[in-house]
Amino acid sequence: MLKYVIRRTLQMIPLLFAISVVIFSIIQAAPGGPEGTLLDRGMFVDPAAIDAYRARLGVDQPVYIQYFKWVGAMLTGDMGISFQTQRPVLMMILERMPDTLRLMGLSFIVAAIIAIPLGVFSAVKQYSTFDFLATGASFIAIAMPVFWFGLMMQYFFSVKLQWLPVAGTMTVGVGGFMDKLKHILMPATVLSLHSIAGWSRYMRSSMLGVLNQDYIRTAHSKGLEKRTVISVHAVKNASIPVVSVMTLDIARLFSGAVITETIFGWPGIGRMFIQAMHARDYPLLMGIMMMGSTMVVVFNLIADVIYGWLDPRISYE
Amino acid sequence: MSETVSSNQAQSLAAEGIAVQLRSNKKIMWEKFLQHKLAVVASIFLLLLATLCFLAPVIAPYEFDAIDLYNIRSAPSMKHLLGTDALGRDLLTRLLFGGRISITIGLTAALLGSFVGTVIGSSAGYFGGRIDNLLMRFTDLAYSIPTLPLIIVISSYSNTQAFGIVVIIGLFSWMQTARVVRGAILSVKENEYVTAARALGAKDRLIILRHVLPNISNSIIVGATLGVGNAIITESSLSFLGLGVSPPTPTWGNMLMDSQATMASQPWLTVFPGMAILLTVLCVNFIGDGLQDALDPTL
Repeated sequence: MLKYVIRRTLQMIPLLFAISVVIFSIIQAAPGGPEGTLLDRGMFVDPAAIDAYRARLGVDQPVYIQYFKWVGAMLTGDMGISFQTQRPVLMMILERMPDTLRLMGLSFIVAAIIAIPLGVFSAVKQYSTFDFLATGASFIAIAMPVFWFGLMMQYFFSVKLQWLPVAGTMTVGVGGFMDKLKHILMPATVLSLHSIAGWSRYMRSSMLGVLNQDYIRTAHSKGLEKRTVISVHAVKNASIPVVSVMTLDIARLFSGAVITETIFGWPGIGRMFIQAMHARDYPLLMGIMMMGSTMVVVFNLIADVIYGWLDPRISYE
Repeated sequence: MSETVSSNQAQSLAAEGIAVQLRSNKKIMWEKFLQHKLAVVASIFLLLLATLCFLAPVIAPYEFDAIDLYNIRSAPSMKHLLGTDALGRDLLTRLLFGGRISITIGLTAALLGSFVGTVIGSSAGYFGGRIDNLLMRFTDLAYSIPTLPLIIVISSYSNTQAFGIVVIIGLFSWMQTARVVRGAILSVKENEYVTAARALGAKDRLIILRHVLPNISNSIIVGATLGVGNAIITESSLSFLGLGVSPPTPTWGNMLMDSQATMASQPWLTVFPGMAILLTVLCVNFIGDGLQDALDPTL
């Protein structure tokens, strides 16, 4: 097991290097340097001043040197300096991290609490009205653009009913626990929507597979109560593949956070990403994308390890 | 499928003078698809919607950029069935015109994604060895970078016409297909008929196109169907961020672009384009579900 984790971790290194090349190239392909935001506004800027500005940001050097400088610095934990704020990218990301983690964490928990029982009941009562409704709801949820669901929530709960605040993390000057909870409720629901739909479908099919197994029949024939058979024997085994899918989805939640945070004015990394895009703040964009990709790679490994740990039939050799 | 018999059985039964009706595979698939009621309803609805959208220049009540200065931001009424937007343009008209672009983007981006995925997946699976290793590491690489942020960055500096959006979405949605196709090819290529074709001197290209791909087309078709829905949603997300097809050309996505600001006073501007996306993607996914059941011979 330890050998496997070490081998996989070593394999991550070339992959992360390849990712850094792709991300760097895609950002390099953007026309117009960081001075573009000034020129876009139609300001007249002295060409000498532009040259000095470019030299100060280090974008006057050949591309490959810029790349090696960027990667070299990243190895020491330095992700570069933001064009926009002149502050270290790493620091900006770390500042926004708590809010994003809070949102992602709550979405994850909400999704798990709803999706797993939903999938279990759907499978146990296959083809019942409940199963039919749950399946229909998850089809609708998957077909819905996340941002539109967010807009509809805002319309009903903030504009019409006025129960929940439209955006932000807390009311200025209040900021109690209940106030924060009210603010996070809608964004967390929106972010968890696709996870709930996906995981419950997954849990349902996994559960259906397990319910047909011989050991479930054995458990029934031993005279165990139906509840015990389902909760102890079936759910445990059926959740093994689901747990690994859920782990993979933690990294994917980040993509959803970009849209969700933008709609709800949530001051996390996702919204900072969109702001960086508009401001052509390349070091910040590269830093956030590198962070997102690293998350995907790391959670991939964690998912595989958890899978093998939960299911002793899987061998790592 | 108790009433279906193989052609060999049919011949022997016919020899005994028993009348047998032989059904082709296509017919069986078609009948299975018709049993999936939701998929049938979804197909009919989608066909109807697409026809209406593509006939928009003929049947739409107004021009897509016609401005009615007396009815700016008017609520749904007899004159403007779904209301008008901030410039006094008829929402129903724009929905129909927008549907043409959104549906076309969805279809073509999914086609492009499936094509790239099929080429990469089949090359990897068929040739194996180093090519397989290289292509699959490349697929892992593409999988590891969060797709939506990547697409957002590229569209932020690219030419945002419908064609550009199709290329961007298509080029970043092939990974799933590549993996599925590779897996399917690995199992198909062990069959005797592939060995036989090779023994007869068939070239690799011919073997892949003639003998291998038709046998795994089911998974490609189902994947492509689901890809249509994903592409429509991605286009709308990009447009919502102001990175999709540029106005005045309407798409369902860019009609939603500025709707957040006016949602409190003109909710219909947000509700209807979103409903159009939701219904279309829902139908496409139901069809995909039906096709999956119909095309899978093991069910």
